[in-house]
Amino acid sequence: MAAGFKTVEPLEYYRRFLKENCRPDGRELGEFRTTTVNIGSISTADGSALVKLGNTTVICGIKAEFAAPPLDAPDRGYVVPNVDLPPLCSSRFRTGPPGEEAQVTSQFIADVLENSQIIKKEDLCISPGKLAWVLYCDLICLDYDGNILDACTFALLAALKNVQLPEVTINEETALAEVNLKKKSYLNVRTNPVATSFAVFDDTLLIVDPTGEEEHLSTGTLTIVMDEEGKLCSLHKPGGSGLTGAKLQDCMSRAVSRHKEVNKLLDEVIQSMKHK
Amino acid sequence: MEIAKRADAELGAGTAAEPGPRSPGCSLRHFACEQNLLSRPDGSASFLQGDTSVLAGVYGPAEVKVSKEIFNKATLEVILRPKIGLPGVAEKSRERLIRNTCEAVVLGALHPRTSITVVLQVVSDAGSLLACCLNAACMALVDAGVPMRALFCGVSCALDSDGNLVLGPTTKQEKEARAILTFALDSVEQKLLMSNTKGLYSDAELQQCLAAAQDLSPGFGQLG
Repeated sequence: MAAGFKTVEPLEYYRRFLKENCRPDGRELGEFRTTTVNIGSISTADGSALVKLGNTTVICGIKAEFAAPPLDAPDRGYVVPNVDLPPLCSSRFRTGPPGEEAQVTSQFIADVLENSQIIKKEDLCISPGKLAWVLYCDLICLDYDGNILDACTFALLAALKNVQLPEVTINEETALAEVNLKKKSYLNVRTNPVATSFAVFDDTLLIVDPTGEEEHLSTGTLTIVMDEEGKLCSLHKPGGSGLTGAKLQDCMSRAVSRHKEVNKLLDEVIQSMKHK
Repeated sequence: MEIAKRADAELGAGTAAEPGPRSPGCSLRHFACEQNLLSRPDGSASFLQGDTSVLAGVYGPAEVKVSKEIFNKATLEVILRPKIGLPGVAEKSRERLIRNTCEAVVLGALHPRTSITVVLQVVSDAGSLLACCLNAACMALVDAGVPMRALFCGVSCALDSDGNLVLGPTTKQEKEARAILTFALDSVEQKLLMSNTKGLYSDAELQQCLAAAQDLSPGFGQLG
């Protein structure tokens, strides 16, 4: 009988749960889904990570290639993110050129990389004006169940921490680059930006980490990207119901606690990798 | 028929708005709005903020493709065309921001199974572009007579390395700024409808910018 009610009146069904301060999957309003992360699983990529937020699964693979540095910044390399939402992850996506959701997510990830200064582009330069690294970060969603922004940001962060670049020297005589695959070093990841997403319900209630169904029923979303000093890299609120300053403050404190959770998880994973 | 309204904004600590360098944190650049300048769209508006100018046209409520129709409300579509080049991923991202902001205020339930299209053309860009686009979209929706529950205004602020606030930054100020924050606030309760930020800043600075934007918002509301 509950299934019938849910199909006919999904919003009312949901409100019944919200009145009791919980959600259909048993979570509280401020609780995240189980987060799992696995790094280094793709051996052909220079760095990779798989993140699962409940059912939402995103895999990030980073490949490093050579390129000439940009003319207006000859001492910098490039970081090129791309988010792909294939038809595999959800029935709402079709084959063909990237849809709006994929483009918006790609732009969001590019902005987070830019704003947080997670990697100094100067570190990617090999020889000023001649050779630099370009990191192609490909994020592919394998299962879309809401909160794609948090999953993508986390996957990108974990993958960047996993990237190992070989040492490159420029031969003086031939002016060619010589790559020493035996000597690899990790990237200098300067900050840990962590995204926390909220969904707004009925213009008043805020819930953390919305699932696909919850996103569909919500009247607005909000994503806060914070680094470890409590500085904000991005306050992404693409329209939707209005929020007061007080509600924003609640979101900030939740974002701070989420940052600690994610940091702890990431440290554990990296420690376990080093032990191998 | 052109209804041109000009407003030399003197908002803040009572300093007169001058075309030259502004006192930090207080006065805005000269802004102006003109409505009903295009004959084909149902509503049109041109919004100028200093040297930044955006032209908006609204078509609707009009017929919608069956694949896009929503049974109980209007389908909103926003198209943003840059001044030069083809629209790219950044434009798509901005279109979504503007569309979701409009969806929050437009009473779509009064026109189910129809489409309302907002077309924005960047005429000149001298900083605060997203804020100018939001304002142009709002004015064009008003001109088209689309029912809305509130008006909204776009405000952009830049934080420089010393932590000083500049409202409505120019391109030069944006380049030198540590962070640029753009907000859309509604006219009824000055609630935050949309937020898009660039750069690093602290929570306290965010509250400061939000408060400054909320002080400005009633001034914009008078234009509509």
